[in-house]
Order: sequence, then structure tokens, then C-alpha cells
Amino acid sequence: MSGLWLAIVFWIAAWGANVWIARRARGRIVALVPPVLFGLAVLALWEGAVRAFGVPEVILPAPSVVMATVGANLGLLWGDFVQTIVKGAFSGYAMGVGAALVVAVLVDRSPLLTRGLLPVGNFVAALPIVGVAPIMVTWFGFGWQSKAAVVFAMVFFPVLVNAVAGLTAADRMHRDLMRTYAAGYWTTLFKLRLPSAMPFIFNGLKIATTLAVIGAIVAEFFGSPTRGMGFRISTAVGSLALPMVWAQIFVAALSGTLFYGFVAMIERRVTFWHPSQRVRG
Amino acid sequence: MKGKTVPVLVVLGIIVVIWYICTVWKNAAWVQDQAGRDGRTVGFGELVTATMALERPMLPAPHQVAAALWDGIAGQAVTSKRSLVYHGWVTLEATLAGFALGIVLGVSLAVGIVYFRVMEMTVMPWAVISQTIPIVALAPMIVVLSNTLSLGEALGLENRLVSKTIISAYLSFFPVLVGMVKGLRSPDAMQLDQLATWNASGWQSFLYLRLPASMPYFFASLKVAIAAALVGAIVGELPTGAVEGLGARMLVASQFGQPLLMWASLFAAALVAGLLILGVGALQRAADRAMGVRA
Repeated sequence: MSGLWLAIVFWIAAWGANVWIARRARGRIVALVPPVLFGLAVLALWEGAVRAFGVPEVILPAPSVVMATVGANLGLLWGDFVQTIVKGAFSGYAMGVGAALVVAVLVDRSPLLTRGLLPVGNFVAALPIVGVAPIMVTWFGFGWQSKAAVVFAMVFFPVLVNAVAGLTAADRMHRDLMRTYAAGYWTTLFKLRLPSAMPFIFNGLKIATTLAVIGAIVAEFFGSPTRGMGFRISTAVGSLALPMVWAQIFVAALSGTLFYGFVAMIERRVTFWHPSQRVRG
Repeated sequence: MKGKTVPVLVVLGIIVVIWYICTVWKNAAWVQDQAGRDGRTVGFGELVTATMALERPMLPAPHQVAAALWDGIAGQAVTSKRSLVYHGWVTLEATLAGFALGIVLGVSLAVGIVYFRVMEMTVMPWAVISQTIPIVALAPMIVVLSNTLSLGEALGLENRLVSKTIISAYLSFFPVLVGMVKGLRSPDAMQLDQLATWNASGWQSFLYLRLPASMPYFFASLKVAIAAALVGAIVGELPTGAVEGLGARMLVASQFGQPLLMWASLFAAALVAGLLILGVGALQRAADRAMGVRA
């Protein structure tokens, strides 16, 4: 029972510290402290509660058990990560984003198609495209190719819609300026319109990171070689090896967050001029 | 609105044409193979008609899917296990329950974040991180948890519905949270000062200024949230051994090699998504009228 009390005391202390920080502190590094403290407090409470109430491992393993499982199975987790995230999600993401950008530039040349594509694309982007997973598995087999195809289908429309919307974002005034410089279509595209579309495109790219990871994992539920995160999760749930499931969730969460963070970092570099990226004083 | 009809139809037409071409391309190998076994050769015209009438095509033609969809919706009794309306209803139930839970969660977190700086600093980053976690990785887990804890029985509901609802709520609370934080903060300082000069209490300025001002943001985020909730319900059906619902229907159809059924379920899901978004739009117009917004 003492573990639980310790966790509760830690929670209250962390809360107090956060209130104090929220009142006075300013600055970027300090802003990182409250969420980290909050996360630690949640973990402490979880650990304390599991121990105090003797929750069986098949219901909810303690964080320490999960981390021990991660530590003991690094090789296995790495293999699953490579299969699902690197081969499935990354390759599908790259192809989907590339195709969407090319199609966006092509469609952009016709005002008729642009106006028609936005509502249709927005609607398709809202559909449960993840449902194509079984179809892709029958088309491309159990390997990573089918996972990449699912990811392709999932990321294509959100990126396309954002890119098409972004290409119309350049100011009338800026376009006229390019005309007075006698800039041709391609120069205008690369020097003005693509850069000003970047905030929109990155919005789509960031949405697509999460979708890519989801798509790659779900596709594995429909058939996969004997490795991969989706495969491991479904078999581990079947044999009630819950620490393994949580270890996979940990890896999935970590890779999802890092993937998102990586794209957000590139965004910061590319669209440093945009108001949303300015550092607040 | 009218200016969009023609372009939308053109885009849809292009998609259908591309689809027909892909149908021929994808199914040609099978037709050629069959003909080769019979010692025949197929001409182009015959190839085109044959690829569009297969019983188990790699890619069914649009009209085949439409026929299967129509049969699933109108050709069966609504209570039949073969009716897509029945399975759609099962999925819709979980979607709406998760959507409602997501709204409650999103709005209450947003109110907390707007009024307490501590919550903004601690909860907001985790809300963002929570969306980068692939929920499907959690789906089988949530199912096991709600089954072992018999959460559903405690609430007088089916266990499967509970797990799907949780997944839907997890996906749909985030857009609501982000939209409501923006919306509740949308009144400017001048308006807040005006209320202060009228000696309005905090509660009154919430009820008469912040809440009404947030409505456009609220409904915009609802449209995203309802689509996310439907995705959640379908994803929740996939890995959980569900036997009912559109996601389960897709899974079963894929395992038993019935591509037409699979595509019909997929389009039924799309239909449900469209109806839900229209429904939210109607709700928004009703709310606008009730609040006296001029169209």
C-alpha cells in the first residue's frame, strides 16, 4: 500500500510544482518541465496502483515490467520495427506523398479540376480508407509491399487536398510581381507558389505521419510474415502476453511521435517565415 | 454551391474512368489465363466485357460494386445478417457512442485548458502526443481489458460495443479539443472588457460570450470528429474478432474471398461517413437558426 501513497504524494508534489511553474516561469526549456512531470506522475500512479492492488499482469502490467520486457527483447522489437515502420510505413509514405504532390501540380493547371477535386478529396480523406487493407493484402501478398500500398492509399488524399489548397494560397500581388519579373510558369511555381504552399503541404504531411503508422500496423492484422508490430500485437494478445503488447505499443508510440516530430522539425526549417512558426517572446 | 457541381462531377467521372481502366488491367491476367486453358484467344472487346463480369475479380468494376451495394442495402431484410443496413447500424451505434464521449471529453478538457494555465501546460502536449500513438496498436489491448474487466456488463452494454466506443472516443476527442480551445478563446479583449463593465460573473461571461462565440469552431471540428469516430469504430472491429459491423464484414469477406462483398462494405462505410457529415451540417444549420445567425 505504501507504494500507492508514495505515488499519490509524488502526484501532488508534481502538480504543485507545475502550478508554480505555470504562474511565473517563461521560456522554452521551462515549458517542457510541466508535461514531463505530468507524464512521470501518471507513470508513478500507474506503477503504484498496480502494485498496491496486485493487478494481475494479464490485465495491466506495471510500467517497470513493460520496460523490462522492452529491454529483454530489443532484437525482436527492432526486427518488428524495421518490418512495419521502415519497410511498410516509410516506403508507402514516401510514394504516397510523392504521387500526391505530382498530381497536385498537374491538377493545379486546370481551374476546373482544382474546384472539383477539393470537395471530392476532402470527402475521400474523411473516409475509413483503412478498410482497403484486406484488398491490398490480396493484391500484393503478405510482404511489406501490401502494407506500403495501404499507407499509400491512406496518405494520398490528405496530402493531395492540402497541396492543391496550398497552391492557390499565393497572393494576387505576389503573382503579379512575378509576372512583372517576366517569370515563366515553372519559375513562378518553384520560387513563389510551392514555397507559399509549404505551410499547407506540411499540415497534410503531419496528418499523414500518424495515418502511415496506423495503416502499416492495421494491414498486418490481415496477413503478414511472422514478424512486424501488428503481427506481434495480435499474436501476443492471443497468448495473453500483455507485457509484450505494451512493449509494442511503447515502440509504436515512440516511433509515431518521433516521425511526427521529425516532420515538424523539417517544417520549422522550411517555413521559418510563417507566422505560426515565429517564436513567441 | 452551384458553381461546384460541374467540376465535382467531372472529377468523379475521371475517377470512374480510371477505375474501369484499372478493372480491365487488373483482371486481364485471370481472363487470359482462363481462355488459355480452354485453348481460346480473347479479342480486346471480349476481354473488356469478360473482365467486368467476373464473380471473384481482383478489382470489381464500379457497376458491380454498385449492384452488390444495392443488394446489401435494399435486397435484404433489415434484420438479416446479410444486410449491410444491419451491419451499418452496429457500426453506427459504436460511432455515435464514441462521438458523444469524445465531445464530452474534448469540451471539458478545452474548458479546463482555457481557464487553467497549468492544464494548458501539462495536458495539451500529451493530447498532441496521444494522437501520434497509433490507436490500432491499442485496439486489441482495449478489447482484452474491457472484456476481462467486464466493463460492458457493469454498464449493461455489450463488451464489444464498449471497446469500439473507447477507440472512437480516443480518435474523436482531439479535433473537438483543438477546435474548442480556439473557439473559447475567440472573443477579443474588447468584448471581454465589455462584459466586465456590465459586472458579469465568470460564469455569465462563459455562458453568454465564450460559449456562443465558440460555436462555429465547435461545428467545424465536429465534422472532423465524426469522421474520425467512424474510422475508430471500424478499426475497432478489425482486430477484435467482431462478427457484426461493417469492419467485421470486410474482414470476413476478405477471409472467404468475396471481393464484391468487401467492396460493397467499404462503400457502405463511405455512405455512412457521408450521411454523418451531412447530419452534422444539418445540426449546425439548426443551431445557427436557433441562435439567430443570419445566413
